Amino acid sequence: MKPRFYAVALLSAASLPVMSAPSVPVELPEYKEGQYVHQAPTLDDLMNDQALNPKLREVILKGRDLFMNTQQKRGEYVFNDMNCKSCHMGEGRMNWSGPVWPAATTLPDFRGKNQHVNSLEERIAGCFSFSMNGQPPEYGSDDMLALVAYHQWLAKGAKVYETNIGGRGFSSLGREPEQGADYDRGAQVYADNCAVCHGDDGQGQHKDGKVVFPPLWGDHSYNWGAGMARVFTAASFIKNNMPLGKPGSLTDQQAWDVALFVNSHERPQDPRYTGDAKETREKYSNFHKWTRYGTEFNGQILGQHDNTGDKPFLKPDVLRPRTFE
Amino acid sequence: MIITRRGGAFAVLLLASGLLQAAGNADRGATIVMQGEGQGGAPCLACHGNDGAGNDGAGFPRLAGLNAGYLAAQLRDYREGRRTNVIMAPNAAHLSDQQIEDVAAYYAMQNVVAKPAEQPADLLAQGEKLVKQGDWDNYIVPCETCHGPGAQGVGATFPGLSGQHPSYLRQQLEAWKNGTRTNDPNQLMLAIAARLSDEQIQAVSAYLSQLPTSGGKP
Repeated sequence: MKPRFYAVALLSAASLPVMSAPSVPVELPEYKEGQYVHQAPTLDDLMNDQALNPKLREVILKGRDLFMNTQQKRGEYVFNDMNCKSCHMGEGRMNWSGPVWPAATTLPDFRGKNQHVNSLEERIAGCFSFSMNGQPPEYGSDDMLALVAYHQWLAKGAKVYETNIGGRGFSSLGREPEQGADYDRGAQVYADNCAVCHGDDGQGQHKDGKVVFPPLWGDHSYNWGAGMARVFTAASFIKNNMPLGKPGSLTDQQAWDVALFVNSHERPQDPRYTGDAKETREKYSNFHKWTRYGTEFNGQILGQHDNTGDKPFLKPDVLRPRTFE
Repeated sequence: MIITRRGGAFAVLLLASGLLQAAGNADRGATIVMQGEGQGGAPCLACHGNDGAGNDGAGFPRLAGLNAGYLAAQLRDYREGRRTNVIMAPNAAHLSDQQIEDVAAYYAMQNVVAKPAEQPADLLAQGEKLVKQGDWDNYIVPCETCHGPGAQGVGATFPGLSGQHPSYLRQQLEAWKNGTRTNDPNQLMLAIAARLSDEQIQAVSAYLSQLPTSGGKP
């Protein structure tokens, strides 16, 4: 699959001087030497797998449906305009788009974010608590089982406990830009490349009440505790996925600048809020050192507010420490 | 005093929204559609019909119910050469900004129930898959991602495709692909069209033509 992208890119580069059909290259990072690469199975593979118990297929499909259209649980699990696929593009199976199968092959494992060993269910609950600004399905519930089944099935054939995974997560640009990111440059990148879909005001676009382009900040976007609120996460996501259909078309610097711009806007409160954003930033500094939360911007402390968006509470019950002492 | 202030506020509002000419007037638009713009251009209905139904056999697009902002942008692009077509170029050449808004307002309000020709079932199945799921391994994103649920269009930038004539959809996808249509923002449509095979173009065009239009919304 990947070589085909290169063939297209090379072809168009080689034939520039003569008239040729135009195209937009798909430029994704190279896998690093020694990295494990898994190609997650497709929906066709699922439908055509004769060995699969039909009941299991039904549950996996249910999980896939929740993943693709999480808005069906608006007001129950989700209190913003996000679907799982908003960030985990390409059905959660695409490398460089936050493929979700590694959660099934590497967990349970220790996570720095909450400083304890997490299960796959707990990892999924994290997405609901932060990225969806919501309340996760109950552990062991039918919906949680369906989501777990979808993750596990995408991992079919993948190596268990292998952690050196190519195309995983959103971190290909590293943690910090070589040259600092700049808000004003980011605003220009946004106006030139992003506003056509996400709107001048970052509020996305809707059609007949349905979300088409998700909001990037404000009450209906991811909250301050979401991984995407970290500038480096957003920068790598943008670099390899945006504008849609044109991965790799922005320079690294443009991706950093626009990520900083987007993540300098207000959004719903971090569910771990102590009542003081600066204090919360300190308490979760291993996470928030990568966000602008609790820092001053335009004379305001970002995140110093009681706004939880449409969610009528601050913290879902599942966010709790776990010890085995 | 109060009246003056209101007038001032109104002027500021117009300036701020960048809409210095009044919004389109569908009644005036109807006259242009029926009689032409009065400077030698053909009446729109000659090809698109007075109800905006278009004509599949001739490759004339259905305009009924398309977003007025989208229609107006296309007419301005024809007039100014950003979109080229031998039939549309002379007919759009003399339209004023106001006439463009009026025609766009008229066709946006029309509501034609599409009666699409039957298409082979396997082609429809392949088309449905591309419209709803895309073909991510070849980086073809689902049409619905930008053109919205049911491909009914989103705002003035992403036109409704549902119920459009398959001949026109094919023609346009090929035009993006071969570089003869280039008026998309940031090459967003080129990126996808260039990756579509001829068979995939046939399939999406067939499937989209069968979908119900949103229709009649200005």
